[in-house]
Amino acid sequence: MVEISALFHGFAVVLSPFNLLLMLVGIVLGVIIGVLPGLGGANGVAILLPLTFTMPPTSAIIMLSCIYWGALFGGAITSVLFNIPGEPWSVATTFDGYPMAQQGRAGEALTASFTSSFIGALFAVIMITFLAPLVAKFALKFGPPEFFSVYLLTFCSFIGMGKGSAWKTLAAMMLGFALAAIGMDNITGRLRLTFGFPEMMRGVDFLIAVIGLFGIGEILLSMEEGLSFTGKSAKIDPKIVLETWKKLPRYWLTSLRSCLIGCWMGITPGGATPASFMSYGIAKRMSKHGDQFGKGQIEGVIAPETAAHAAGTSALLPMLALGIPGSPTAAVLLGGLLIWGLQPGPLLFVEQKDFVWGLIASMYLGNLAGLIIVLTCVPLFAAILRVPFSIIAPVIVVVCAIGAYSVHSAMLDIWFMMLFGVVGYVFKKLDYPLAPLVLALVLGDRAEDSFRQAMLIAQGDVSIFFSNALVGGITGLALVMLFWPLLSRGLAKLRGA
Amino acid sequence: MAQLRSAKGIFVSDKDAPASGRGISTRTMEIVVALTLLAVAALVVVDSYRLGSKWGDDGPQSGYFPFYIGLLLGIASLATLVQVAIAEWRRADQFRGSPAEQPSLFVEWDQLKLVLSVLGPALVYVLGVQLIGIYIASALYITLFMRWLGHYSWVKSGALGVAVSASIFVLFEVWFKVPLFKGAYDALAWLGY
Repeated sequence: MVEISALFHGFAVVLSPFNLLLMLVGIVLGVIIGVLPGLGGANGVAILLPLTFTMPPTSAIIMLSCIYWGALFGGAITSVLFNIPGEPWSVATTFDGYPMAQQGRAGEALTASFTSSFIGALFAVIMITFLAPLVAKFALKFGPPEFFSVYLLTFCSFIGMGKGSAWKTLAAMMLGFALAAIGMDNITGRLRLTFGFPEMMRGVDFLIAVIGLFGIGEILLSMEEGLSFTGKSAKIDPKIVLETWKKLPRYWLTSLRSCLIGCWMGITPGGATPASFMSYGIAKRMSKHGDQFGKGQIEGVIAPETAAHAAGTSALLPMLALGIPGSPTAAVLLGGLLIWGLQPGPLLFVEQKDFVWGLIASMYLGNLAGLIIVLTCVPLFAAILRVPFSIIAPVIVVVCAIGAYSVHSAMLDIWFMMLFGVVGYVFKKLDYPLAPLVLALVLGDRAEDSFRQAMLIAQGDVSIFFSNALVGGITGLALVMLFWPLLSRGLAKLRGA
Repeated sequence: MAQLRSAKGIFVSDKDAPASGRGISTRTMEIVVALTLLAVAALVVVDSYRLGSKWGDDGPQSGYFPFYIGLLLGIASLATLVQVAIAEWRRADQFRGSPAEQPSLFVEWDQLKLVLSVLGPALVYVLGVQLIGIYIASALYITLFMRWLGHYSWVKSGALGVAVSASIFVLFEVWFKVPLFKGAYDALAWLGY
């Protein structure tokens, strides 16, 4: 098994004191970020990215990915104890987690959710370990048309699989592409959409967009609700942990199903949030105690948490193997790769073995460390949420501003961040999805490059996207995804008739 | 996420409930946003056309890709406008004369006031950063925010503002050697960073 030996090599890379320290720092920061309103996985990583500019890439990605795991864990704490989802993917956890806390079973709910998160992540990491090298090897054969068709698949699945209005998804996505086009054209060197302002030449960095949309936008949104948090207190003692662990194997089927849902939604860019809802919904339908859901069923905590973590973790698979992120946070990590001077894509597995396997090994260790940290330190993290909002809000705005500035040392970026904050607030309230906007902004240039290269090869003939079985298959799948809502409606009608 | 929250009844429902107070209606905001996006689309299309949106001698010109992006953005915003119009027309038909005829609210005035009480000072803060740099502006911003919106004592507010700013200074300038913006009038020049 080549993968196993590569993985052990990765463990050797990770197990240096410096990397282990970064891992712990990352997890703790991540949980704090996950607990705080207005800071989440994506913008938390974006803000801290500039601090890693001078680190070796492997150490940097270990710290940043651990922040991500920490944020995934952190979301559950506020859901269970305060009935406030710290992250969108933990909304479904509140449904049964908070009732459990009200019944005095907070420790049990937290243990179940942390353990399920760990299992979901572990499942996804094992899948990444064995699947990602295969996908990367396969993708080495890709030329520009194949890459463009994969981009097309990514974006079409957003439109077809999205919950809300497909037109709004399309509009948000195209806005992202338009923003990505600002600045110098990679191929001809001409300036686009700068309208004569030299400051605009740099273009709009997606990190700024992420910090504004998710950070400032979320603060504005929370402010609307007027804030005073009241929560249940929780201590987890080892006895409760052991008792809960004894119960968990009974729900192995729910866990396995949630793992699969999560992995699927993570690889296709559905993301952790829909995965957690879908998993909760299916668990409710399949469970013997389905009618008890929402009143404090432990299964109602296991299902969404497992799926959210599995999805959040497996979103890194397409990022590593293809250079196409499956979620906004994965997109930020991808941006990090570019900044550290690595070229994302299938070649990463050939040229940067230390980096890739170090990252994969750190996923195993990071999640284990995360589980231990959150199980032991819950009261500390819960205390953070008791800090009044009038202290937290200005501090978060300051942190966001610093994060936005330090990306390019550009003052204009802070203004852009505020603008994105307002856009994020309005878009969220009107159900324009933010994830496609961010991904289009990240992938815009590269999607355009592969499109233009493909067009050059084919002399402007669009049929190149159907020229062989591989590219034709992916393009075809993309079109099916795009028109899925119409197709499924048609199928349902046929069946009905 | 707005609808998810209200579905659980955790937070004040902000979308579907008939308005008790007054505010900006969702319909108005939908139209404003769609029109703004339409304007952006027009900008993109016009600029791409200027750069050349066709097939040049050496392949696709600079405006080739963005041109279609702009076009799609325009189509999507127009379609959203049409959808809003249809939904509005149906709703008006259905609930004529009943209280539900009141359009649903995007934001109530009271909520908007709260939002602006964060957004306004934040904008002033960014202006402050531009003039006097991140460190001093941040300390002032946190202090004044805590004092005015949180009603903390001047001592507490000031102490926290300075503490946050100082820790950021140590973290960025001293440890990680990432210089932050000192502003047009650098008042901290005497520190030597």
